Amino acid sequence: MKTLYDKIWESHIVVPETDAPAIIYVDLHLVHEVTSPQAFEGLRSRGLRVRRPDCTFATTDHSTPTVSRSLTAVDADAAAQVRRLESNCEEFDVPLFSLDDPNQGIVHVIGPELGLTQPGRVIVCGDSHTSTHGAFGALAFGIGTTEVEQVLATQCLLARKSRNYRVSFDGALNPGVTAKDMILALIEKIGTAGGTGHVFEYVGSGIRGLDMEARMTVCNMSIEAGARAGLIAPDDVTIQYLSGRQFCPKGPKWDEFVVRWRALMSDDDASYDKTVAIDCAELEPRITFGTNPAMSIPISGRVPDPLQAADLATRVQLEDALRYMKLRPQQQLLGYPIDVIFIGSCTNSRIRDLREAAGVMRGRKVHPKVRTLVVAGSQQVKREAEAEGLDRVFREAGAEWREPGCSMCIAMNGDQLEPGQAAVSTSNRNFEGRQGRGGRTFLASPLTAAASAVMGHIADARFLARRS
Amino acid sequence: MKFQTLSSRAVRLPRTNIDTDQIIPARFLKVTGKKGIGRHLFADWRSGGDFVLNSAESATAQILIAGDNFGCGSSREHAVWALMDFGFRSVISTRFGDIFRQNALKNGLLPITLDSETHEKLLALPVEGLMTIDLTAQTLTCDGFPATRFHIDAFSKMCLVEDLDELGYILKHQEAIANYERARNNF
Repeated sequence: MKTLYDKIWESHIVVPETDAPAIIYVDLHLVHEVTSPQAFEGLRSRGLRVRRPDCTFATTDHSTPTVSRSLTAVDADAAAQVRRLESNCEEFDVPLFSLDDPNQGIVHVIGPELGLTQPGRVIVCGDSHTSTHGAFGALAFGIGTTEVEQVLATQCLLARKSRNYRVSFDGALNPGVTAKDMILALIEKIGTAGGTGHVFEYVGSGIRGLDMEARMTVCNMSIEAGARAGLIAPDDVTIQYLSGRQFCPKGPKWDEFVVRWRALMSDDDASYDKTVAIDCAELEPRITFGTNPAMSIPISGRVPDPLQAADLATRVQLEDALRYMKLRPQQQLLGYPIDVIFIGSCTNSRIRDLREAAGVMRGRKVHPKVRTLVVAGSQQVKREAEAEGLDRVFREAGAEWREPGCSMCIAMNGDQLEPGQAAVSTSNRNFEGRQGRGGRTFLASPLTAAASAVMGHIADARFLARRS
Repeated sequence: MKFQTLSSRAVRLPRTNIDTDQIIPARFLKVTGKKGIGRHLFADWRSGGDFVLNSAESATAQILIAGDNFGCGSSREHAVWALMDFGFRSVISTRFGDIFRQNALKNGLLPITLDSETHEKLLALPVEGLMTIDLTAQTLTCDGFPATRFHIDAFSKMCLVEDLDELGYILKHQEAIANYERARNNF
């Protein structure tokens, strides 16, 4: 009768919901430099301590330099924010993967790779892409800074239960179509607010066939369809990924946990408030053309015509988007000239993403007019990529190989577009100015980004592969 | 700051899907405090010149009527701090991003969700008219428009009306939290 979400929710109730929201327990709280300083300040002003420093982990990623590890590479405000995280973590005994730590990285990349992200847990972070961790069957969602303070002080949150939304992906993906294309297709289908008030559960053979990194890409962008969290029930793929990770249980305890994790799934007769189904076999690589992640088309398609919009609000929104993006109705995106390629972010900066991009760029050169940034999601990913020689592939192609961080996804550290520049990015948001004021973002998969880097314009990696 | 009634002009920003990156662009998040960020509210749209928030009337307005799905995107509470620092106490829309709505309630910014028909009628009213929000009665009134009741759950209303300290509220349940932790450790 119960969904996976129902079960995790119920097992974390400290005080049940009445007229007041429930008080729910948080197993893992991830902290970064941008959304935490005011929360620590709140603790300080009340004379409170962090209740569970053992369940709290911090890293620096957003305002963090990626050109080198020196804070002289970012502006004074960004540097001060990183320094403030360091002093707060020291004062409140919170473990920190600081700038020069071998485990530093984007918060949603390091949680899973360190084995902190585990099935059945409630995981929060002052960051909307916390939904990423749902790939492990954890209930993971973004919170604001006031809630960060509340969790630091009490390890608990006030929350009301969301509704259940079943998202099924069935069938096999065609070659050259990836998890990024799946999630962009979902967001396009249900809209940026389609999942508001709901928690997604991703099911179906299309999901089961993905490895953990691809599943993380899917769950990561749940929030772009309005859902605070997106879950995938754990299976062999999950357990195999977690086995031997630093913070996972070991020995007999591991076996005990695995038994518990395997039981984490929705009941066969569980009911959902909403459902949607997508056939993976029908998907093509997708790319966004507009100013929110729901505005995407198949890469060989044409930009929609606002005059054909279903209603006035959609028409106005499309007109605004095309004006900002400097695109015409019915324009083809293939061949559209690009200034910058960004391969990175909590959506697509893991080793499989880098392997895919390197596969396209190996033996080729980045187009001379294009600046290409490849930003590994973590120090671990960076080391792994370097051990495989991927850094050489990127460098020899003429791309920049950077230190880990959020970089040009959020443009807080100096990695940014200039006004008017167009970028194909593997990140998650194409909002106006997201990658730098006046910058224009086309969201796509690492394959599409790499192919576009080589061609100097928006390109279909499948076509590139056939020609070579 | 207790929230009971509020009378003000309302600024209209009918665009749909206004994300928190527009409300406050990321380059202004490099702060360690909350004060003074109202000057960056909608920074990139305000730099365009004829944007509605640049008018003298907007400077004193406390109510913002925005398009559907206001505050989607990033979890940044800075969006709420910026709106409040600029002077807003309430935002009216047909839908809000979940995280934004929570952040608003926790800071004394009242998010009012209306059906699209009422919302459209409000947008069409003359801009110079005063609008009154009575949170205790849960009504919205303005010249030339029948008083409209809006929904808000009892707990959120109490938090705003009494300026309840949520952290203090959770801390009162320390015993339940400790019990929960003990039970979990005995798995």
